[in-house]
Formats: sequence, structure tokens, C-alpha cells
Amino acid sequence: MSIVTVQLGQCGNQIGFEVFDALYSDSHCPQGLCSKRENEVYQASCKERFFSEEENGVPIARAVLVDMEPKVINQTLSKAAQSGRWKYGQHSCFCQKQGSGNNWAYGYSVHGPRHEESIMNLIQKEVEKCDCLSGFFIIMSMAGGTGSGLGAFVTQNLQDHYSNSLKMNQIIWPYGTGEVIVQNYNSILTLSHLYRSSDALLVHENDAVHKICAKLMNIKQISFTDINQVLAHQLGSVFQPTYSMEGSYHYRRNPLGIDWQVRPPLSGLPTLGKVSLNRELHFNTSIANLVILRGKDVHSADLGGFKDPALYTSWLAPVNAFNVWKTQRAFSKYEKSAALVSNSQFLLKPLDTIVGKAWNMFASKAYIHQYTKFGIEEEDFLDSFTLLEQVVASYCNL
Amino acid sequence: MTQSVVVQVGQCGNQIGCCFWDLALREHAAVNQKGIYDEAISSFFRNVDTRVVGDGGNISKGKICSLKARAVLIDMEEGVVNEILQGPLRDVFDSKQLITDISGSGNNWAVGHKVFGRLYQEQILEKLRKSAEHCDCLQCFFIIHSMGGGTGSGLGTFLLKVLEDEFPEVYRFVTSIYPSGEDDVITSPYNSILAMKELNEHADCVLPIDNQSLFDIISKIDLMVNSGKLGTTIKPKSLVTSSAGALKKQHQKPFDAMNNIVANLLLNLTSSARFEGSLNMDLNEISMNLVPFPQLHYLVSSLTPLYTLADVNIPTRRLDQMFSDAFSKDHQLIRADPKHSLYLACALMVRGNVQVSDLRRNIERLKPSLQFISWNQEGWKTSLCSVPPVGHSHSLLALANNTCVKPTFMELRERFMRLYKKKAHLHHYLQIEGMEESCFMEAVSSLSALIEEYNQLDATRSMPVEDLPRLSVAM
Repeated sequence: MSIVTVQLGQCGNQIGFEVFDALYSDSHCPQGLCSKRENEVYQASCKERFFSEEENGVPIARAVLVDMEPKVINQTLSKAAQSGRWKYGQHSCFCQKQGSGNNWAYGYSVHGPRHEESIMNLIQKEVEKCDCLSGFFIIMSMAGGTGSGLGAFVTQNLQDHYSNSLKMNQIIWPYGTGEVIVQNYNSILTLSHLYRSSDALLVHENDAVHKICAKLMNIKQISFTDINQVLAHQLGSVFQPTYSMEGSYHYRRNPLGIDWQVRPPLSGLPTLGKVSLNRELHFNTSIANLVILRGKDVHSADLGGFKDPALYTSWLAPVNAFNVWKTQRAFSKYEKSAALVSNSQFLLKPLDTIVGKAWNMFASKAYIHQYTKFGIEEEDFLDSFTLLEQVVASYCNL
Repeated sequence: MTQSVVVQVGQCGNQIGCCFWDLALREHAAVNQKGIYDEAISSFFRNVDTRVVGDGGNISKGKICSLKARAVLIDMEEGVVNEILQGPLRDVFDSKQLITDISGSGNNWAVGHKVFGRLYQEQILEKLRKSAEHCDCLQCFFIIHSMGGGTGSGLGTFLLKVLEDEFPEVYRFVTSIYPSGEDDVITSPYNSILAMKELNEHADCVLPIDNQSLFDIISKIDLMVNSGKLGTTIKPKSLVTSSAGALKKQHQKPFDAMNNIVANLLLNLTSSARFEGSLNMDLNEISMNLVPFPQLHYLVSSLTPLYTLADVNIPTRRLDQMFSDAFSKDHQLIRADPKHSLYLACALMVRGNVQVSDLRRNIERLKPSLQFISWNQEGWKTSLCSVPPVGHSHSLLALANNTCVKPTFMELRERFMRLYKKKAHLHHYLQIEGMEESCFMEAVSSLSALIEEYNQLDATRSMPVEDLPRLSVAM
């Protein structure tokens, strides 16, 4: 089964490139620490998910690139082509001349409707290339205008047209101390809209990844490429193939295969906790956790700590809340690696902080005229605030 | 990618404009080694096949044939424009882009705005429309002028209304040279205040600059260069004031160095829109992030470093110094001290070999010494452009929406009132058809209202920063 990736805006496209690169490098990595046959099965599985049939030997990423100005897409396409190992489809990108100006309203209300048909057509073409569509992976940032606004619009459209396929949004949470001044407005508008149309929100905070680069990897002068590569590594370790059942050696066909939608008394969506090469202890209450183990000794690893009922809520027992995916095939030259995907209170504080800051700014009415210019009224803001306060309260009450 | 058109009005506007085009050509020549007409160059230049007569000569791709500036040059005297057309840049402009007259505006805003405005409105519209037609996707008009004279001030601001009506979707960024205290034009306070009203109402964004600050920066550089204090030599051509290049052989004229600073400002402002980088910032993002309320669109700018030392490796210390300097009052292009006033928003546009960690480190370091308004405590907009300016390895442009512009406006109002109370020179204005005393009164009220806005914001400084009660939701 295949995943179609939609890369939106500068952030989405820059990260998307690193993700495909990481996936490709890993699947063609010679030191899989497993048998040759096993490696081949792994490779084939990865290829089916993320790349489509090659013409003259070069795999083509199953991706649609969207941006409202051309610089980043041009760079992304040429970087991929230059590598010679994989590339993007020639006609898989949609580009305009003038960006969204960090304005969610412009991305959502102007660019969205204007380019709906073209973008959906591109996605449809990519979907048709898949034998069996598992779902969509949408990479976007929350802080800007295109990724956030147009991203929300596109996700809604995907919900309308492909309601049976899973839609997972990879969202980049901006640095706390401002990359974009109106990032809090853009964030709350994005999150509230995505909550209504996305199935899963996988979150990465720039601050957290930055810390990983600084403290765990000791990089002195951290660039966005460094950050994006760490991100890609994390995502790769989650989405590369794993065995379909305990004890089996066949790779699961459905990459997004567990029930990501947890249905408790209240609705909730999964969020990504910190991924590291050691297992981290979370003291936040979790709704559900997924651990992915790759490499040596996976079958003998002790995961008892994850089954501790103290970690979970009262209405979902550990046996239902905790899942494990495994494969002996090592990931990207790491002899052993583990990844944790967690739906927990971990993001409560950042979410609460963003809502608080956006609320303070909203009270002063600063920058609102930039949004009302394009059809997003104060009411829309209030709706977003209400929805997110409810989410915050829900997680709080876990 | 989008295009921008530069409209240079009056003596000051055209002299600065000339420096700008010179620098722009040098910058693109340094980046574009293969001579291919690409999207970056097309933002400010057209590519024309000079063999074709008439309008059909535009070439959109391929090798550079002949570059023409996307500019409209307006002056009511011929001296400056003629000099440009006879100088080394003459091939960059074509005669169809000019509007000139002979008599000049006599340092009278009313002559520039009312007389010449009416006289040349059609021609101005025609030239602007033509320049817009040559653009695939026109995003912004850059207007360069001075506030104290007659043409730049009067006709320059007349233009703004025309642009707003004719091209409502296109941004209007105005670079305005404000008169210094010791300005030799007696009526400059009148001209400035009358012009301010237009800027308040019709500009999207204004970058106020004053000659005294530019002059102080030049003096500082001269001191550094000549004192030999630093022990190492300064890289040639790295001065923010230098225009040395193949084009200008004669000694720099007195204002050249100052004008080059402004030229650098405009190039750095647009660099992230023209060139690639890991965190791009387009022109529409400037307005979106730095203008929280429509009337408060005055941005104080500072450029660092003023020169690059010959060291090949830039130690972190020096990079950090660049950030610190951006906030010092000596580096601002207008007499202002943002550090001791209130920030509404701040943008840091970095060029060259600087990464996101350097940005973050410096923001964290400098934040405690700066005061931001309560609802925008993290009011930073940042951008990283990979291409450094000519002669530098990295540079920083800081744009601040800060209440430190208030003193400039208040002084201007004071100088105005001193003249107006005595009705000095008023008759020169009132004799122009369409000018009445009410024009003056309205202009002053407009300015006073603006000053009052800044006052109210400043008043919040002493109030404690409290989080407002949030929405409580029923579960």
C-alpha cells in the first residue's frame, strides 16, 4: 500500500526532500544487519510505499509539491535530480509567483479556492499511480501562510474527496521566540481547522529538534538543513516497513496500520513525543503509545515499562493503548533504534502557551486587519479559540 | 517570482536611485556569473533586445542582452536626470521612463503636489502603467524621495494616491529622507508635515531616514578606516558606503557615500525575496508582520556591519557583534534609540553564511535588554538569505516598528509650529490654487493623531504584563 505525500510551502518542501532522501538512503543501506533476502523484501516494501515505477532506473517519489512562490520548489527539484538516486515527478509540482505573505487568510481564502482544481488534479494523478492507496501524508508548517492556510484548505479537500483514506498531517511547530510575528494566529487557525478534517496530527517542535541538534548531536552551527535531517530521520524510523504480526517476518502492508483514531469519551488525536535513541520516560498521561523497534535483538527487548497502567488513562487499558512494531532490519546504520509515537499530555503545555499568546494579541486586535482583508473575521478567530480551549481542557482532564 | 518598480522623485530621490541601480547591477553581476537572465534579476530589470524598435523587445529568458531598470524617474528640474542619462548608467534607463520639467518646484510642496501633480498626472499614469505591463507579476512600488523639498515631497506624495487608485493590490513602500535639524531649506517643516499626511494615508510602509544619521555613520566609518585602530585591514569594497566599481572613476561626490547606505538598505530589504535561502521573506511578509495597525507603518532601519574586516574566518564573537550593533542607536538610519523605547515588532533579515542557531542565540541574548509591547513579547520576524551583499560575507538588516520614531515626529511638529505661528512664508503656499490654511491644519492633526497613538502605546510600558483571562469552555 502506498502513501502519497503532499509538501506545502517552504518548510513542507524542504522537509519533504530530506524525508524522501532519508527513506531512500535507508532502504538502500547495505548494512541492514539481516539476510540479503530480508533486505530485498524491506526494500521492495519501502519502494512500494514511497516511490513509484522508475523510468530509466531512477525512482520517483510519490509526492506533490505545492508552493505559492517558485524559489523553494525549484531548489528542491534540482537537489533531488542532482543526487541521481531518486527524483520528483516532472509534473508533480504546483507553483505560483507571489507567496502567501505569512497570511493564513490569504493561503486559505484566496490561494485555496483559486487553485483548488489544479492542486487536486495533481494529487489525483499521483493517487492513480498507486496500486492501493493507504493514505496521505501532508507536510506543512503552522507559522507561515502557505503551509498553514493552504495546508488547512487542502486537507479539508482531501477529507471531502478521499474520506476513506487516512490523512496524516506532519506539522512543524515554530520556535517559541518568534520566527514569524503572527505565528500564533496562524497556528490556532491551522490547528482548529485541521482538527475537523485531519485524522492524525504528527507534531515536531523546532525548539525540541534544535535542542536535539545542540545537546545530543553537538552540532555547533545548526542550520535548517541539520534540523530537517533530524526530523527526516525520526519520520523515516516511524514509517519504514515493519513486520505485520508478532513473530512473523512479513512486512505489514498498511504503513499507517494501527487505529490512529482513538475513540474515548472525548475525541483525541495522536501527537508525537520526543524520539530518541534511548527510551524516554514519560510522566504525562498517555492515551496511547506506539513503539517501533529496529535492529538487533528486537524480539528480546523488554517493553514492560510501557505497559505500566500508571502511564495511561482509566478508560483505556494498556493492552489496547500500547502497540509495538518491530523489524530486525536495522535503520540507517544504527544497530539498534527505537522510536516512540505518543498521544499524551506532552503537547499540552506548548499548545496552551500558543493559545495564550494568540489570545493576548487578539485582545489588542493587533494585525487583525490583515486577516479581515481576506475574509477571516473576528468570529472565525473566536471559533478557533473555542475549539482549542476544548482540546486543552480535554487533555488536561486525562 | 515577482517584480518591483522603483519610482524616484526629485533631486534626492533620483540621486539615491542612481546609487541603487549601480549597486543592484553589481550585486547581480556578482551572483549571476553566467549572464543568464533569471528570475532574481527580473525582479528589478527587464531584458531587452535593443535591435527591436518600439515595445516588442522584451526577452524573458536566456542570455542577458541589455538590462533595463524597472524604474520611473521624475524630476521637475532637468539637472539631476540629465546627469544620470549622460553618466555611466545611461544605458540602464530609457528615455520613455522619464518625466521632467525645467522650472523646479521651488522647495514648495504645493507646487510639487498641486501644480505639477495636475499637470503631469496623465503622463505619470501612462509611464506607471507601461512599467506595470512589462511585469509578469508586479508586487511592489518603491518610492524614493525627500520630505523637505518641493518635488520629492509634493509630487512624490501625489504619486501615492495615484498608485493607490490605479494599482490597489500593489504594495507602496516609501523611503523618505527627513530633514535634519540644521536643514538649509527654511520651509522644510511645512513640506514635511504636508507630505506626512499623505504618507499616513496612502503608504503601506515607510522607511524614514535622516541625513544627519547617515552623515554620522560615514564619519564613524572614516574614523575607523583612518585610525588604524583595529590592527587589521578592512576588506576593500566592503564598506556599506562604497560604490567603487568599474562604473565610477571620479571621486565620490559628497552625498554618494550617504546615498549608498540607502541603496544597500533597499537591496537588503529585497534580498530574501530575490535570492534563495533557508528561511525566505517576501515583501508582502514585511507588511504582514511589521504593521499591527494600519496607521503605524513607520519602520526604523539599521544596517550592520558597516564594513567587513579582512579576516577570512568570522569568529562567533564578531557575528554576535553584528547583532548587537543592529540595536545600537549609532547604527540606526534615523535619529532614534529603539533600545530605550517600546518595540511593537522587529524583523531581522540576515544575509550570508549565518545559520538559524546564530539567529536564535542572538535573539535570546538581546531580548532581555529590549522592551516589547505586552501582546507581542516574542515579536520577531526572521529571515535567512544565502547570498551575501557584494564585498561582505554576511550582513544584517533590522527593521523595527518602535515608538522611538515619536521624537522625530514631535520635533518636526515643533519646527512647523514655530514657522506657522508667525505665518512665515505661508503666502508662497496659499497662492497656489487648491491650497488653503485648512490643508495645513489637517496635516498637523494627522500628525498629532499619529503621535498620540504612539503615546498611548508608550503608556502601556509602565503597566504590568498580565495575561488576560482565557475563554472558559463547558466540558
